Amino acid sequence: MSLMSATFFILAAITLVGACAAMMLRGLVHCALAVAIAFAGLGTLYLNLGAQFLGLAQLLVYVGAIAVLIVFVILLTRGGDSDSPPLSRAALPITGLLVAACIFAVLAWAVFHSFAVHSAVPLAAPATVRELGTVLMADYVLPLEVIGLMLTAALIGAAIIAMREKQATQ
Amino acid sequence: MTPLAGCLLVSSMLFAVGLAGALTRRNTILVLVGIELMLNAANLNFVAFWRFGPHNGASTGMIFGIFSIGVAAAEAAVGLALILAVYRHTKTTDLSQLTGRPQ
Repeated sequence: MSLMSATFFILAAITLVGACAAMMLRGLVHCALAVAIAFAGLGTLYLNLGAQFLGLAQLLVYVGAIAVLIVFVILLTRGGDSDSPPLSRAALPITGLLVAACIFAVLAWAVFHSFAVHSAVPLAAPATVRELGTVLMADYVLPLEVIGLMLTAALIGAAIIAMREKQATQ
Repeated sequence: MTPLAGCLLVSSMLFAVGLAGALTRRNTILVLVGIELMLNAANLNFVAFWRFGPHNGASTGMIFGIFSIGVAAAEAAVGLALILAVYRHTKTTDLSQLTGRPQ
């Protein structure tokens, strides 16, 4: 039963602080920056856990693409003028926070009472990119092709959805 | 605390933060960000169980994580495009003004 490293705690703290800031800050651009920090913390957390390819993919896809996409949409929708308070005045935020806290309590209870957590098993060897590519091309060819098709369809669909109004006015 | 328990705890905290944001924020973009955070929490669980789980040797957890990142990218692109389309139609991204009720 090995103890956890200090780097794990630091990276987890960065990730959680970034996520909390993204959900609590007032300005939308600040939220996008905070969520980029949270995604980067998660990517380094994957690297810390030995999943090199997944960590780099997380950094590329989330920090490089999705965070920038969120910033673009915030600027295109003029999100800077968010005068409304982040939490509405109704009873909804209290309910939402209560539901989230209850779900976290249930999840933490399940984590601490699960048998898999307490059984010490040898660590998996960190998968190299080479063998990952072999597995991806040998055993998971069909899912790979399907996800390529789905990404193409999502790209075309997103472009069409975002462009439709402009074509209708012309 | 074993490393697996630490990972799972961090993941459940991330899920709870994302859920709280998705339930309480009123901006559609931030609701989508909360959903992304929840998806990332599930991804962290995949990696943690791949690394510390009892059935190691196979890289199934990592493969599933890669596919999950791909699906999340498609979801974010389509979701943000939908937010843009709705904004062009209604000139707002506030969820409380998008419910269809008379203001």
